[in-house]
Amino acid sequence: MRLYIWIKANSYLTKHPTSRFHVFILRTSLKNAFRHKVRTMLTILGLAIAILAYGLLQTVITAWYSKATSASTARLVTRNATSLIFDLPVFFKEQIKGVEGVDKVAFAQWFGGVYKKPQNFFPQFAVSKNYLDVYPDFELNESDRISWNNEKRGAIVGRQLADRFSFEKEDIIQLKGTLYPGNWEFIVKGIYEGSDESKVTDRMFFHWDYLNAHVESMSKTTILEPNTVGVFISTVQDADYAADVSMRIDDVFKNSIAPSYTETEQAFQLGFVAMSDQIIEAIRTVSYVIVVIILAVMANTMAMSVRERTQEFATMKALGFKPNFLGFLVFSESIFIAMIGGGIGIMITHPSAYLFQMATDNIFPVFLVSNKTIGLQFFCACSVGILAAFIPAINVYRINVVDGLRTVN
Amino acid sequence: MTTPIVEITDLRKSYFRGEQVVEVLKGINLKVSEGGFTALMGPSGSGKSTLLNLIAGIDKPDVGSLTISGLDISSLSENDLAEWRSNNVGFIFQFYNLMPVLTAEQNVELPLLLSDLDAKSRKSRSRTILEMVGLGDRLDHYPNELSGGQQQRVAIARAIVTDPTLIVADEPTGDLDRNSASDVLNLLQRLNSEAGKTIIMVTHDISATHVANEVVHLDKGELISNEASNK
Repeated sequence: MRLYIWIKANSYLTKHPTSRFHVFILRTSLKNAFRHKVRTMLTILGLAIAILAYGLLQTVITAWYSKATSASTARLVTRNATSLIFDLPVFFKEQIKGVEGVDKVAFAQWFGGVYKKPQNFFPQFAVSKNYLDVYPDFELNESDRISWNNEKRGAIVGRQLADRFSFEKEDIIQLKGTLYPGNWEFIVKGIYEGSDESKVTDRMFFHWDYLNAHVESMSKTTILEPNTVGVFISTVQDADYAADVSMRIDDVFKNSIAPSYTETEQAFQLGFVAMSDQIIEAIRTVSYVIVVIILAVMANTMAMSVRERTQEFATMKALGFKPNFLGFLVFSESIFIAMIGGGIGIMITHPSAYLFQMATDNIFPVFLVSNKTIGLQFFCACSVGILAAFIPAINVYRINVVDGLRTVN
Repeated sequence: MTTPIVEITDLRKSYFRGEQVVEVLKGINLKVSEGGFTALMGPSGSGKSTLLNLIAGIDKPDVGSLTISGLDISSLSENDLAEWRSNNVGFIFQFYNLMPVLTAEQNVELPLLLSDLDAKSRKSRSRTILEMVGLGDRLDHYPNELSGGQQQRVAIARAIVTDPTLIVADEPTGDLDRNSASDVLNLLQRLNSEAGKTIIMVTHDISATHVANEVVHLDKGELISNEASNK
């Protein structure tokens, strides 16, 4: 009778469930996720590695394009229309400067020397004295600039290059010429910085005059021609008219001894990147394949987990829980696992990127994990969590209570 | 006779086994009185579990009328049936069917999540019920930390925590030793006699029929006898 009285006194139960499930969902998702600890831990490990690999590969792609994306659309590069391997006469500079819309003009010549061994490759350019005027994103203090200009053999190196080889001011850099035969000595007169961390500062610049003097002296014994440059770099007064200015420059040299081809610096750099487009596409594809593989692994984990609990889901249905709620339980468990794995993957991406950069011997001078990449990693982890639960959730939705209760867990 | 809570008229149910149609229930007519304790007996394959599933609203008949407390549940949609079950039916299974990741208290609280009770009330109610079934000192124990008899008592607590109209039990002592089975049957009898709960129980155990006040025998899908128990 005591039991009867108590039950009657507490018999008020409304017919409509309310949304008081969040604690239950969190608790059961956590506990169910770790019912098979080894399986779940391996899935989380796989997810973490996959998300990490995805992040690193995306960063490789970003790094590959970094020179192009950090290049300006307000700077024009003029080269020989036939090919980049053919030079242009240096006197073109004054004619380019006279083109309407052009502001400043500098020039550069690829040197291609070897520092100690070929593996130590870094870009070296012989440049005009005003080169830094068209590159405000390379910052060199005034005293170093004066010091550089006053030294015929003077060179400036970027911060990334200086850090890579521990170059300091007044160090002597010896390069073995490849295009320009001989042993060349340069004195470091300054270390320039990038205006922000995305700027690539892995290059060395030295005086074109120094190179040209050597070429003049060698011109009788080699095929090298003095007074030529590889490219002219000009800034335009209004970036919106860069295309018009480019055409005007090329029109000037249309019938000259060396017709020119002018494009924005960004297009010029993208031209180099385009040469390795297939490699980039392969890397991009691999990064997505990794995500698809881990999606399959995760989906298998969820399918097994749900199949093992068919009787529990059937019991919950018998108790009155609706199919939508049970499907949501499956989704929350899957997303929970994906968030743990994805979170670990995202957390170790930054340190791994640093180690990757070190291990690849600074092939990528700028190897920064962008916020976009982290966002993509997060998106992938969420997507894996949701997609992996999709079919198991449908199966739970469709469980027949009678059949499910007969299932032996 | 008191008011019937369950009224079954010409109930038929068939299953497909491959391409073969197996007629499990062949026109059952049955009335169960409110506050009654009915034992369904019969050999394996006689259709007693199928009949229990239909009464509990987890399966639907092919033909016939099935009315519980005046409501024809065979006409309800899946969602309406789920809601009806949560408010009106308490389930007791042979293998307890407790959630292994939940403690005894959380298992009992589970059906209350579908109610409007707040967390404190749910907890309080679950604890009281567990104390009533003699498991007040096992609140935080997980099912695998409890004996079979204790697990079945947790399952009974879960079945009655929502104060259902009807309790259905499918072989509740089938997996228990003699003593535990006796404890469980006594508890069911108390629920019936003290709390006035209507209980329908499928069993193979002759001794289990002693706690029932009506024994229904089925064979090959047909009701062959319906007699008052001699308890």
